[in-house]
Amino acid sequence: MENLSILTHFDYTLMIVAVGAALLGTVSGALGSYAVLRRQSLLGDAISHAALPGIAIAFLLTGSKTPLILVLGAAIAGWLGTLLIMSIVRLTRIKYDSALAIVLSTFFGFGLVLHTLIQRTGNANQAGLDTFLFGQAATLLERDVLTIGILGGIALVVMLIFWKELKLLVFDEGFAASIGFPTRTLDILLTSLLVVAIVLGLQAVGAVLMSAMLVAPAVAARQWTDRLRLMVFLAACFGALAGVSGTIISSTASRIPTGPTIVLCATVVVGLSIAFAPNRGLIWDRIRQQRNRRNLKMETSRY
Amino acid sequence: MSYGTGNEWFPYYEQAFSEGSFSYRTGNELPYYEQVFSDSGVLGMQASEQKAIQVTDLTVAYQDKPVLWDIDLDVPPGVLLSIVGPNGAGKTTLIKAILGLVRPAAGNVLIYDKPYEAQRQIIGYVPQRGSVDWDFPTNVLDVVMMGCYGALGWIRRPGKKERELAMQALEKVGMEAYATRQISQLSGGQQQRVFLARALVQDATVYLMDEPFQGVDATTERAIVTLLQELRADGKTVVVVHHDLQTVTDYFDWVMLLNIRRIASGPVDEAFTSDNLRETYGGRLAFMK
Amino acid sequence: MLQGHLDILSIAIVTAAACALPGVFLVLRRMTLMSDAISHAILPGIVIAFFLTGNLSSPLLILAAAGTGVLTVVFVELLQRTKLVKEDAAIGLTFPALFSIGVILISRFAGNVHLDMDVVLLGELAYAPLNRLKIFGSDLGPVPLYVMGTILVLNLIFVVVFYKELKLVTFDASLAAALGFSPTLIHYGLMTLVSVTTVGAFDAVGSILVVALIAGPPATAYLMTDRLSRMIILSAIIGCVNAVSGYWIAFLFDVSIAGAIATMTLIIFVLVFLVVPNRGLIAIARRHARQKWEFAQTMLVIHLFNHEGLPEAETESAIADLHEHLSWDPGFTNQVVKYALSNRCVSRKETQLILTAHGRTIAQQALVQ
Repeated sequence: MENLSILTHFDYTLMIVAVGAALLGTVSGALGSYAVLRRQSLLGDAISHAALPGIAIAFLLTGSKTPLILVLGAAIAGWLGTLLIMSIVRLTRIKYDSALAIVLSTFFGFGLVLHTLIQRTGNANQAGLDTFLFGQAATLLERDVLTIGILGGIALVVMLIFWKELKLLVFDEGFAASIGFPTRTLDILLTSLLVVAIVLGLQAVGAVLMSAMLVAPAVAARQWTDRLRLMVFLAACFGALAGVSGTIISSTASRIPTGPTIVLCATVVVGLSIAFAPNRGLIWDRIRQQRNRRNLKMETSRY
Repeated sequence: MSYGTGNEWFPYYEQAFSEGSFSYRTGNELPYYEQVFSDSGVLGMQASEQKAIQVTDLTVAYQDKPVLWDIDLDVPPGVLLSIVGPNGAGKTTLIKAILGLVRPAAGNVLIYDKPYEAQRQIIGYVPQRGSVDWDFPTNVLDVVMMGCYGALGWIRRPGKKERELAMQALEKVGMEAYATRQISQLSGGQQQRVFLARALVQDATVYLMDEPFQGVDATTERAIVTLLQELRADGKTVVVVHHDLQTVTDYFDWVMLLNIRRIASGPVDEAFTSDNLRETYGGRLAFMK
Repeated sequence: MLQGHLDILSIAIVTAAACALPGVFLVLRRMTLMSDAISHAILPGIVIAFFLTGNLSSPLLILAAAGTGVLTVVFVELLQRTKLVKEDAAIGLTFPALFSIGVILISRFAGNVHLDMDVVLLGELAYAPLNRLKIFGSDLGPVPLYVMGTILVLNLIFVVVFYKELKLVTFDASLAAALGFSPTLIHYGLMTLVSVTTVGAFDAVGSILVVALIAGPPATAYLMTDRLSRMIILSAIIGCVNAVSGYWIAFLFDVSIAGAIATMTLIIFVLVFLVVPNRGLIAIARRHARQKWEFAQTMLVIHLFNHEGLPEAETESAIADLHEHLSWDPGFTNQVVKYALSNRCVSRKETQLILTAHGRTIAQQALVQ
């Protein structure tokens, strides 16, 4: 009897975590599609690292550890980091990759400084930083899942409302501007949605691995379809799939951290997609090549 | 609901030292245009000679480098005009300035006597083919339907009507068989035709095209020329950035020679002279007639 | 106490200089993010080598980790070559996957062993001098200093010996290939060095902040000079300045040393970005302010020049209407006219503005360039 009650309790916790991971996977998969298509795959990496000082400052200012406040701080810092990257690229000869690397590492370093300050005052413990770095999917509570669901849902709805506008912005910005789309405003909107997806995802997989949650589902989805609509939908599904399967796998044995397992699951999906997806997949490609070669041989042998 | 200008009000990070850093233009331009109409003598033209595009004293500078100096250009309705000049002459910038995509440091652009913002619905734009990622996950029909987005306004999605318009446009460029084809599978010429079809869907009166002949095969080039001439026959005005001097006389009836400033513009037989060409290209022109 | 400072400072300085050297070429070749990828992806290499040797500072460990780094580069390139994944996405896929494997290995099998995730990611410079090199009982100094010193010398030799080749490959890879210098060979040589440097710097600053050391100083130097040789030297100097100032800040406020060095990297970068002569933001703003009138005057004389002697000249050069032609604010137009009059570029003729000989020259010169 005792064992059974532990089991049901365990299952309930696991379910909450799985639902949370699925939601995060959905949001980051869908919005990550845009990042991948704009060749900004690593912007997510920069934003997620740049979020650390924001979290620290939010904590220093409010003294509260409420997720919503910390998420807000993370979002603001992530946003400022993006702004700095764009300004550096725009105003200097330094290229996008270097600007990204500088912001990513130095913002994070500054966050670390703030973190050691907080630690010294004895308000927080090391666990806070570990959570930021590797996420805490296993400890997601109902309340967290609700926050993720609401904020992520809003982000997705906004994405759907401005579907046509965002699509044209990503595909052909010049044409979008010529027919009167406010491209800068749309650009800001899209980046903001990405920031939302990232700061939410930080809770599950952490800063270091967040970029994979944006990139992997989108890259996998891209192999299966040539339509944006399907790609975003599939990326959301793959994200959710990785979230759920990662959570379950890591729960089957002790000492398998959830975040990295989720990322590995997403990577496996990418590997399978690149290998087996019809039309684009490598195996498909190989078969097509062989068929062509055989046809060619038959044709040449005829003469 | 329609799209606002939107570009000016947001304090965006790109603003600081971007293209428009030398912009001293007055923000409020409308009263001025009204004044022009009340006194047609101001610009030295008669009200009856309506211009499809009128560029006056346009200067555009990127950071501190001027790319266009004091350009004047009058394009009468119903002509097929090519803009010709060496690399870095500012051809693309001129197109973009006419479209309001870059802010000029001085001068003005009017489309049928009104500023661009008021005339968006009658302008079609064909950007350079290389300006987009052709691996984007979308198909031909979808790209062509993007030509309807301006008319649709915010949020509304394209429907059956837009689909039919797009199919008609694809027929005009001979691409109807490719409607469901993924765009990465198209050849350069086919990509260009898709872009043209998208502009046709805009059902514009004035078309601006940036290098539509760049890297296309001979068949497509001929098809495009036929299409341009059909547009002109329908009374449309077409402005084309062009790089092949050999074909200017065959394809176009007006020409503008540009090299940071306007060297000449007018009917081909008047403006397209060896003297003007030498002035445009300096000594680098080896082969002309 | 002083010895402690000196040990840490010297390790920080040597590490910063060693990172800055290959960093210059990464920044110029737009491959900076490769260092981010490598620094994360070497984790499984380190873990596996640690299981095999049981020693965190064994040379084998450095080799194994560096090998993983090069493997990452190969992986990213293979992914890209399928044409199914773009470069940025290929990087974004590869390193989190490898890093995840490393993290899982650590938490699954190394729970009780001394291999702390925090040290791996964040490093702790303060502990670095604790590991001493002792030969026959005499203390020769901290081991990391020797490790990083060796790597610095290696990097220096590579950059000096292959300076010409690196320069050529960086600026024109196809020309380099045509001349018989294999860009692939140079590329992998550089990537091997980046990997070795990253692994070495790991102990001191951890895998995230090593990116600040690799990208920060070269990017800062890139704002200051146009010459490759100067950029290399400047990068090394800036790296050292960042390290020293960061160290003292960390000491004064009792915060993470690596974090403080990264923070100083950002501060110095932004400072240079603002104040560097010619290219800095302030210089640009001041030049714009200064040239504003100059440029407007040029626009005015060109406008007059373009319409000179033509039938429409009368309307185009009427002072009262100028602002309408140029779409300028009337007040601004007045000031420009005054400015041009005072410079004797134009003169007033009744209601008209006409060019002087001087103004005509200005217009012609502006149009010719």
